[in-house]
Amino acid sequence: MSTQHSRSAARIMIAPATFLLLAWMLIPLCMTLYYSFRRYRLLTPDRQGWVGFRNYENFLTNPAFTSALINTLVLVLGVLIITVVLGILLAILLDQPFKGQGIVRILVIAPFFVMPTVSALVWKNMFMNPVNGLFAYAAKAVGLEPYDFLSQAPLMSIIGIVSWQWLPFATLILLTAIQSLDSEQMEAAEMDGASALNRFWFITLPHLSRAITVVILIQTIFLLSIFAEILVTTNGGPGTASTNLTYLVYAESLLNYDVGEGSAGGVVAIILANIVAIFLMRAIGKNLDA
Amino acid sequence: MARAISKRRTVIVTILAWTIGLLIFFPILWTVITSFKTEAEAIADPPSLFWFNWTLENYNVVNARSNYPLHFMNSVIISLGSTLIGLAIAVPAAWSMAFVPSKQTKNILMWMLSTKMLPSVGVLIPIYLISRNLGLLDSRIALVVILTLINLPIIVWMLYTYFKEIPIDILEAARMDGASLKSEILYILTPMALPGIASTMLLNIILAWNEAFWTLNLTAAKAAPLTAFIASYSSPEGLFYAKLSAASTMAIAPILIMGWFSQKQLVRGLTFGAVK
Repeated sequence: MSTQHSRSAARIMIAPATFLLLAWMLIPLCMTLYYSFRRYRLLTPDRQGWVGFRNYENFLTNPAFTSALINTLVLVLGVLIITVVLGILLAILLDQPFKGQGIVRILVIAPFFVMPTVSALVWKNMFMNPVNGLFAYAAKAVGLEPYDFLSQAPLMSIIGIVSWQWLPFATLILLTAIQSLDSEQMEAAEMDGASALNRFWFITLPHLSRAITVVILIQTIFLLSIFAEILVTTNGGPGTASTNLTYLVYAESLLNYDVGEGSAGGVVAIILANIVAIFLMRAIGKNLDA
Repeated sequence: MARAISKRRTVIVTILAWTIGLLIFFPILWTVITSFKTEAEAIADPPSLFWFNWTLENYNVVNARSNYPLHFMNSVIISLGSTLIGLAIAVPAAWSMAFVPSKQTKNILMWMLSTKMLPSVGVLIPIYLISRNLGLLDSRIALVVILTLINLPIIVWMLYTYFKEIPIDILEAARMDGASLKSEILYILTPMALPGIASTMLLNIILAWNEAFWTLNLTAAKAAPLTAFIASYSSPEGLFYAKLSAASTMAIAPILIMGWFSQKQLVRGLTFGAVK
């Protein structure tokens, strides 16, 4: 049915979206690359010039870079492990029949809709604050010293906050996947005397493997660029204890006004994200064929 | 016998599920409750869950003192504007990819998805400098444009997965019955496509409303949406828990309600159709 005419009409309909995305990707990307080889400080904008790879050298040899890289990895892996493991358990639980399923589902999913700045502030002030936070009250109530979460364990605290935000996402997707599990297969296994653990290990988990992959890959994209939570709670500190790559680039460019080094950092972040992206595209591309 | 066990099991599951659900929800609940306390009660030790003098004063103070309505409107304009423009661009594209697929369709879709992998911070400087040079720092226009482009791949993908499910045979049947192209689109395709468009819109408003990288970096007093406005409470002002809670409650309430309606679409949208 698709004639030459409708083909060209289709092309015209796709053109705006394609063109805009192409521009959105290429123009800033080329600019970032350009600036990454230039000396450009916003405070002394007149002194510009080519500096070769010096910005990259400065960025990569900055001790903050190593710690930012490690922090980024710890943050991403920490949140992934917490959300996937708890997400699986929670999805299995919510899949069981019980009273008020719909309402509990709504309660569990809610944190995902809270904007990052709000959840960061609420956790920072009303829960983790060492003087007036709920955790401090709880500690005092049982006779313990209140713990100053965000200065004693800044990265772990941020992992906690971010996990709270992303657990609903993991749970919801895994729950959706579990619900498509063939119940007859489960019953047959149960009849054959497979224990609950075995049923989980040999039926549920393999069935969930694709959903788990999707959760991991999509969360990774978002987790690599965590920003607001860090800005609001710790400003990357104390020192660089909770600075991730995104925050470091932001700090270099908009707090230290070093556009050149910030751009070099941006390029590094893009390269790292692309390594992750290659895996993601493969997984989703496979699904597109199916 | 089997029945009795399953009954006991249901009770245990119910208790466990409700406990965990309430635990996860508690920070939000606590924020809402605190927003109705006085500042003194908000930091009272021991804290009180329900037994205090409920007051609406914080909402009045926040509304009066901090130009809250302006920031709320900014959020509405930015999230709604970027979603509507995004839909206007994406509907034709997704439409033609779903109904007139070519060899390139899959590649274009995958490439669009790949733009989503570009970390925002990698293009922070160019976007910042372009906005500055165009005089668009702290303007809603810049944010509408940026959020449109950021979410465009998701919008195209979601619409594509919905449009793909529209049975194309029905069109041929209509054509046999002598339907014109106009009535085809108006009476057959549009009603079938509308639910998909509506859920795409819902999810995108949510994503745009909560976006907190560009909104924080490109706005100051004038164009700041609620994400940026709330972040300003991280200064010592944040110690006013009751007011912080009132501002937070107002910022998350509309989106929380929309989000509950869009649970199902959320899965499909955020997994690019990989999990449905």
